[in-house]
Amino acid sequence: MLSVKDLSVAFRTRKGEVNAVRGVSFDVAQGETLGIVGESGSGKSVTSYAVLRILDEGGEIRTGEVSFNATDLRAARESAMRDIRGGQISMIFQNPRAALNPIRKVGHQIEDVLRRHGKATRSDAKAKAIEALEAVRIRDAAARYDAYPFELSGGMCQRVVIAIALACDPQLLIADEPTTGLDITTQKAVMDLVQDLIHERGMGSMVITHDLGLAAEYCDRIVVMKDGEIVEQGTPATLFSRPRHPYTHRLVEATPRIGGTIRGLLPAEARTPAPRHMVQDRPVLELIDVRKTFQSKSGPVEAVKGVSFTIKQGQSLGLVGESGSGKSTTSEMIVRLSDPTGGKILFEGQDISATPAVRFARHPLRRDIQMVFQDATDSLNPRDTAASAISEPLRRIDRMRGTKLSARVDELADMVGLPRNLLTRYPHQLSGGQKARVGIARAITLNPKLLILDEPTAALDVSIQALVLNLLVDLRAQLGMSYLFVSHDLNVVRLLCDQVLVMRGGEIIEQGPTAEVMTGPTHDYTRALLASAPQPPAQAVA
Amino acid sequence: MTDITPSQTPSQARATVKHIAYVLSENPVTLIAFAMFAFFISCAVLGPSLVPYDPLATNSTRALEPPSWDHWFGTDNLGRDVFSRVIVATRLDLTISVAAVALSFVIGSILGGIAGYWGGWLDAVLNRVLDTIMAFPLFVLAMGVVAALGNTVENIIYATAIINIPFYARLVRAEVNIRRNAGFAQAAKLSGNSDLRVLAFHIFPNALPPMMVQVSLNLGWAILNAAGLSFIGLGVRPPTPEWGIMVAEGANFIVSGEWWLALFPGLWLMLAVFTFNLLGDGLRDIVDPRKRT
Amino acid sequence: MAAQRGRMVLARVGQAIPVVIGVVIISFVLTRALPGDPAAYFAGPAADEASIAQIREALGLDKPLIQQFFFYVGDLLRGDLGTSLSTGQPVAADLAARLPASLELTLVSLILSCAVAIPLGVLAATRQGSWIDHLCRVIVTAGVSMPTFFTGIVLIYVFYYLMGVAPSPLGRLGFLYLPPPHVTGFYLIDAALVGDWNTWWGAFEQLILPSVTLALFTLAPIARMTRAAMLSALSADYIRTARAAGLGRGKVLYGYAFRNALLPVITTLGMVFSFVLGANVLVEKVFAWPGIGSYAVEALVVSDYAAVQGFVLAMALLFVALNLIIDIAYALIDPRVGLT
Repeated sequence: MLSVKDLSVAFRTRKGEVNAVRGVSFDVAQGETLGIVGESGSGKSVTSYAVLRILDEGGEIRTGEVSFNATDLRAARESAMRDIRGGQISMIFQNPRAALNPIRKVGHQIEDVLRRHGKATRSDAKAKAIEALEAVRIRDAAARYDAYPFELSGGMCQRVVIAIALACDPQLLIADEPTTGLDITTQKAVMDLVQDLIHERGMGSMVITHDLGLAAEYCDRIVVMKDGEIVEQGTPATLFSRPRHPYTHRLVEATPRIGGTIRGLLPAEARTPAPRHMVQDRPVLELIDVRKTFQSKSGPVEAVKGVSFTIKQGQSLGLVGESGSGKSTTSEMIVRLSDPTGGKILFEGQDISATPAVRFARHPLRRDIQMVFQDATDSLNPRDTAASAISEPLRRIDRMRGTKLSARVDELADMVGLPRNLLTRYPHQLSGGQKARVGIARAITLNPKLLILDEPTAALDVSIQALVLNLLVDLRAQLGMSYLFVSHDLNVVRLLCDQVLVMRGGEIIEQGPTAEVMTGPTHDYTRALLASAPQPPAQAVA
Repeated sequence: MTDITPSQTPSQARATVKHIAYVLSENPVTLIAFAMFAFFISCAVLGPSLVPYDPLATNSTRALEPPSWDHWFGTDNLGRDVFSRVIVATRLDLTISVAAVALSFVIGSILGGIAGYWGGWLDAVLNRVLDTIMAFPLFVLAMGVVAALGNTVENIIYATAIINIPFYARLVRAEVNIRRNAGFAQAAKLSGNSDLRVLAFHIFPNALPPMMVQVSLNLGWAILNAAGLSFIGLGVRPPTPEWGIMVAEGANFIVSGEWWLALFPGLWLMLAVFTFNLLGDGLRDIVDPRKRT
Repeated sequence: MAAQRGRMVLARVGQAIPVVIGVVIISFVLTRALPGDPAAYFAGPAADEASIAQIREALGLDKPLIQQFFFYVGDLLRGDLGTSLSTGQPVAADLAARLPASLELTLVSLILSCAVAIPLGVLAATRQGSWIDHLCRVIVTAGVSMPTFFTGIVLIYVFYYLMGVAPSPLGRLGFLYLPPPHVTGFYLIDAALVGDWNTWWGAFEQLILPSVTLALFTLAPIARMTRAAMLSALSADYIRTARAAGLGRGKVLYGYAFRNALLPVITTLGMVFSFVLGANVLVEKVFAWPGIGSYAVEALVVSDYAAVQGFVLAMALLFVALNLIIDIAYALIDPRVGLT
């Protein structure tokens, strides 16, 4: 149905021309779902924009053919393309809330498409738009017709985007990272919905994603892209069991799965034996009935409703939950950036919640509780060099200066695997993985006893995630730290943590040793979470 | 950027100089703007000792002469040399605008920083006060302030500073507010910084790039504002040479065709404002480390 | 929805009240901050001791400050802004008589500059890098650098003195014409109402140069904001969605991008009003326009402080009202305001 041959796309930028896509060829047959998988910068999204000819300013198709049902899309007139877009080929996007016009009712946005493609007239547009909303299983569709995007949840917005895409019964659906920015259970619901709808209608589809596991679960065939080129294509089963290209191999290994090990994420040649960490029976952190209530305009909001747990010396605890579960609020209180409204936080038996957060900077235990932040880019001051960021705790708390300081910074850089020559760089001159290393180095500078890791790999590509997770395991053993690992990703928590704790709506609903919770969850919600995480097919035995 | 370790200082200073050179060479407009700025500064500093005539000396025999080799910009109705007056006026006009902008920069940054970081009632009170100041058309408020405080150059500076404070306070408040809970601000607290240090050394410097654009626009406004006040007879008094007054005096002769009286001071004023407006992007790029490659 | 909207508008009107109170306080402070003896100022330079004392008593200046403030507020509520020294009339009456002239000038110039600046900004954004984009950039940079009073003088020199196409820059009507019967005070409207097209044309001729002067001044901020808002709207994700759905170029540009871009432009209009009302004073002086700006300038020259303070207060109240209208317009366009 869709055939792409030798497609190349180039962007004109100030620094000259960038070849985003080079010589890419693939086909999508009727009723088939093709996955395009790649890490950031691989050209996977650009490829899909090129098919619809909606490239951003400065982008241009250089060579190749794109044909759809024997129509040459490259040569087609712009007016013909407009009929095809939305009429025969549709697209859904990441970050659904931003993908909808913020000041237009969602019903009207659907009508715009229906009327553009002659599928509705002024008189029956409303009824057809409501039908389209019902088709994506939005309850109470007639009421939602009048809603503005800001009044809907992220998952609901994505349903509306899908409704817009499918309103005119296209033959091909392109989904560009359709689950990015959504919670894990919503992700599953959205992907299942897309799958059902395209099967019902016998449509072809392309799913563009960075998540090999997700692609494997929903696609018939997968194309792996790297640096603008296709390195391999095949069925999920063959890709996972017999990857031919070394890059695919690395990608397959770096995708966390049940039964995998943390060292297994690394390429075979880099696998050293995983270090063991010692758990002692002495609590390093104890939370006793900790509560947090925020005052909002519509009254008090209970973000954390009485949470109690213990982390033992050397232990790693995984704190799992979706957005709004209270996991971030809890970790903020532990790291003493905010004050609980009730309960106690004990650190090695000492009540640290007695010192208000605003004065905790001078507390003697400040050095022992540190944190690695979620977004490495956001957590580094754009005006400070890497060295300056890493050395700040030493300068402020240890009053260290001069050669001793620079020697320690060099030592830390070596520990986290950051080349020393990058120390003079500013954050914008570093890659995502390098920034993550700087953030980790800063957190371990003072040899803390407890390290809080707030989704430290959420913004990273899987191959970088593999390296960072392994670095964390090494550091844990080397420095004897306890970890509180906050994450939504059960596959990652499984690899790193001894104990796991599931939060929802400000409460702990399940806790226990990781293996027990993962294999025999007692709470329905935990079960739903586990079922939502995509499970890649078995890997070949190395 | 805060207290740098000694071992890095020399290389960082060199990098800064290199960065400024890079910004200037990258954009010819910025280079021209900085060159023109340097020209105005030297006019302000050296002008009074270099001009060919005493700006206040009258000569009734040579009144209202059009531009010539003797008098480049012609003479006015009292026979004073327009060129000398225009050049000498640079110092006064620049002083007024720079002093006013500096005052509003400092006061606005402090108020905006506090309100943006701590929020709460401080923020609410500040917002009310700023709303009230902004509720006046700004030039009209400046008129009222100068009329009330008295007709002096200092009062022109105060009035101009008052009407500019809300711009800085709001800008800093917004810039601080979005970074208040940024990862790097929280990380700075974990590194043992007090709230005040986090605000002053980590968050505030990040507001500098947009503020530099504001500074350059405001320097322009401040001159326009001061000249406008003099034009309607507030502030600077004749016979002191000042661009606004000179345009006002020259305006009376426009309808009889003596264009040079108003044109040259007006053009000079425009050129100065234009220079300041062009400076903005260059200043921003200089204080923004992200522009370093 | 509609009820919520109505409540929101009411709430916005309510928010203007503290601002009005603040404005009154500031204008009171300005009145009392006069250097020396305010009574002497209000009495004027020719007054003797006795009349100054009389004025002091009449103004309540011998009473405590807080009491004076309430007297002041009481006077304001009765519409009493004091008496002008130069005209001998109540300031409020003077201002009311001259306000239409200022408003007519301001509105005509604003309409003119919006009519040019908004299309210019949109075109510059949609044709980035084209000659119209460069033109826009030049106008924007040059526009903010031009002192209004200077632009006015240059226009007079070129169009009145050199080319002789413009009428003499003195007031709202040439001396050959009689003002149209007073209905709204706007000569263009009043003349049109009685069908006196001759007078209408005379008033229009007089309006051209001053309103072009003011419009040139406000062109820059509006064009710049339109261009920036349009660019940011065009790069938004929902534009890509709209394009991917095959919507036509017109629908994408105007139905989706332009409507979103209008929101920041409307916000900018508030700032533009502030500039326009200030620049108005200067333009009125240059063109001897009989509005409240030139009234204030004349009053300043003779130290007629009651008139100046009355003018400042009137301008502030006018500006508050304009901002209120802008905010309500914004809320009516943007569904997100006040509901989140």
